[in-house]
Amino acid sequence: MKIMVAVKRVVDYAVRIRVKPDKSGVETQNVKMSMNPFCEIALEEALKIKEAGLAKEVVAVTMGPANCVDTLRTGLAMGADRGIHVEAARELVPLTVAKVLKRLVEVENPGLLILGKQAIDDDCNQTGQMIAGLLGWPQGTFASKVVLDKEKQVATVDREVDGGLETICLDLPAVITTDLRLNQPRYATLPNIMKAKSKPIKKYTSEELNVEIKSDLEIVQVTEPPKRKAGVILSSVDELIDKLKNEAHVI
Amino acid sequence: MEKWRATSNLRRSLKSVLNRRLSPGSDFTYFNEKRSFPARFNPIRDQRSLREANAIQYRYFSSVSTLVQRNPSFSTLNSDDISYFKRLLGEKNVIQDEDRLETANTDWMHKYKGSSKLLLQPRSTEEVSQILKYCNSRCLAVVPQGGNTGLVGGSVPVFDEVIVSVGSMNNIISFNKVSGILVCEAGCILENLISFLDNQGFIMPLDLGAKGSCQIGGNVSTNAGGLRLVRYGSLHGNVLGVEAVLANGDVLDMLGTLRKDNTGYDLKHLFIGSEGSLGIVTKVSILTPPKLSSVNIAFLACKDYSSCQKLLMEAKRKLGEILSAFEFLDNQAMNLVLHHLDGVRNPLPASMHSFYVLIETTGSDESYDREKLEAFLLSSMEGGLISDGVLAQDINQASSFWRIREGVPEALMKAGAVYKYDLSLPVEKMYNLVDDMRVRLGNLAKVVGFGHLGDGNLHLNISAPQYDDTILEQIEPYVYEWTFKHRGSISAEHGLGLMKANKIHYSKSPETVQIMASIKKLLDPNGILNPYKVLPH
Repeated sequence: MKIMVAVKRVVDYAVRIRVKPDKSGVETQNVKMSMNPFCEIALEEALKIKEAGLAKEVVAVTMGPANCVDTLRTGLAMGADRGIHVEAARELVPLTVAKVLKRLVEVENPGLLILGKQAIDDDCNQTGQMIAGLLGWPQGTFASKVVLDKEKQVATVDREVDGGLETICLDLPAVITTDLRLNQPRYATLPNIMKAKSKPIKKYTSEELNVEIKSDLEIVQVTEPPKRKAGVILSSVDELIDKLKNEAHVI
Repeated sequence: MEKWRATSNLRRSLKSVLNRRLSPGSDFTYFNEKRSFPARFNPIRDQRSLREANAIQYRYFSSVSTLVQRNPSFSTLNSDDISYFKRLLGEKNVIQDEDRLETANTDWMHKYKGSSKLLLQPRSTEEVSQILKYCNSRCLAVVPQGGNTGLVGGSVPVFDEVIVSVGSMNNIISFNKVSGILVCEAGCILENLISFLDNQGFIMPLDLGAKGSCQIGGNVSTNAGGLRLVRYGSLHGNVLGVEAVLANGDVLDMLGTLRKDNTGYDLKHLFIGSEGSLGIVTKVSILTPPKLSSVNIAFLACKDYSSCQKLLMEAKRKLGEILSAFEFLDNQAMNLVLHHLDGVRNPLPASMHSFYVLIETTGSDESYDREKLEAFLLSSMEGGLISDGVLAQDINQASSFWRIREGVPEALMKAGAVYKYDLSLPVEKMYNLVDDMRVRLGNLAKVVGFGHLGDGNLHLNISAPQYDDTILEQIEPYVYEWTFKHRGSISAEHGLGLMKANKIHYSKSPETVQIMASIKKLLDPNGILNPYKVLPH
């Protein structure tokens, strides 16, 4: 069985981000970029499944401009076997990503598609669900535990939901999106980094895949959240009620 | 020779002393008082029962050796003094509260405890000047205190010295974005300075594990080294100016912001590293390097110490200008960290290696640095210098590698009692000392070696379940004599403080020590600044 993992290149999670002066977005020039943490967890899960002997190949996929190949290299250094890079110059929204993934799935025929639950730059949490819808595949999102059964061709997924944990059983092929507590991603060891240099990365353009890169969304403005105001010490309950009523308008 | 801290009058009366055999070859006698030792008196046991009687939980570094005597020429505090300080600083900044004094009296390692009754918190250089002028006239001993993270007992009182804490003086005075010159008050916490500079696109030239608490005044006064010395050099090179207050209250303004100034004797260097014994540093002007965008870090395993050495040589040659840190830790240090700290995992879990090396590079071009580092690592691996290694892929992984190295002192504290030695030795010989100590101590204690291999600085730590003089006897003076034999330094970066006040002869000639004493006498004739420390008394 082949496992396909989608990974995204985002601003590093530990960087203190700044909003661009023209409010069109977040400053990404000269800022450290790395693989989305949830995508790392997705890749780690795929590698674990392969090491358990339940899959033969792990393919890492990414979309975006030329520098996205760095993220693929990280994925290969962690242990993925092959990489696929879909070139796209413009901003990609989840629906477009899902459509591209659908075409790649038709080409590669994986038994399992694993993604991170969301990307930390847009926090959309949509791609996994959309691709499952487009393919008509079952989906196990917010996975905190995944157990595969090869003979029965099912995946048992524990999902982190608001009420606690939900366990569902999915027929393969399926889409799984990973949540934080699923696993701890491995480090890229030097021998693997060495091997990664010779692993193939296939390039596609969006035209080859017959997908139009367009977006129905327009980002109007990006601003920082309002600065936290200092607290006010009040002298009596009457003053509190007065402030709640006339200033905060909550009563 | 360690000193037994007296914490109360009750304890001070038990001044029985064991006649200590002086080490062969040393012809210094520092203490005149040697009384005979009653057979029944067990310092450790009686101390413990005393401690229980006083309900204090600290672990004391008991010693079977001689005592420091309180200098009788120092006055004791009286109510007039307290009123004066209250008038000068305001009620809020004159602390006599038991709990706060307790913290200020005890060092970070809970190894040294003074019995000061007064903590002062001046808010300006002028207030510091008035305090010292008054203390000098009254002959009241003073201990300057910053973040209180020192490791040699230099930041806490020995007896009832007045603690002058510069922690309230924490303003950043100016920052020049073109030159990168930062002028700030001595009480600024290092981590806060790092965050401030981060916003401006610069970094501090020094970085240490204690950054969350240590203050820049203390860093300068102890000439702190840290993790980036191999790249940015010592504070003697980065500090452009110092404002210090002398013992008699005179304010010495050497707060230049010039990169080059060859006019006369450069006095600020006296204050950098004098551990508060020549003056209290109140302002610092420091040259900060620009923050470079590409930081890469690798955590490597080597099979023996000579590979670590060769790796260092290769790194200096192949990584050259981008190398910004080269640290090492041995197997025992790694085990301690994994055992005692939460949220730390071994980056190389496949097997336990003998030595771990952490290499960090900082440069301006991400892909170029990456390539250079990867090429270096791969060739070292092929050459057999590295047996395994990992490269951090994002900032989180990088922090986790640093957590391991920076967490060793913390892990040692949690493991029980620790005897800490900070030595500069020739790189080839460094680990021989660790092996020798292992042989000497056998099963008595665990010997851990780690440190700034890039600077030839070994942190030799001996971990035992509790402090025990039989262990201490095996360690001192052997460690100092070993260092002396190899012309090393008995204190690479931690300073002399109280712990090594009488050990300076292992690393400096008598003539130089004489001149140091003359300078001390010149700048502090009454000897009120941080007495009993740094120089032999």
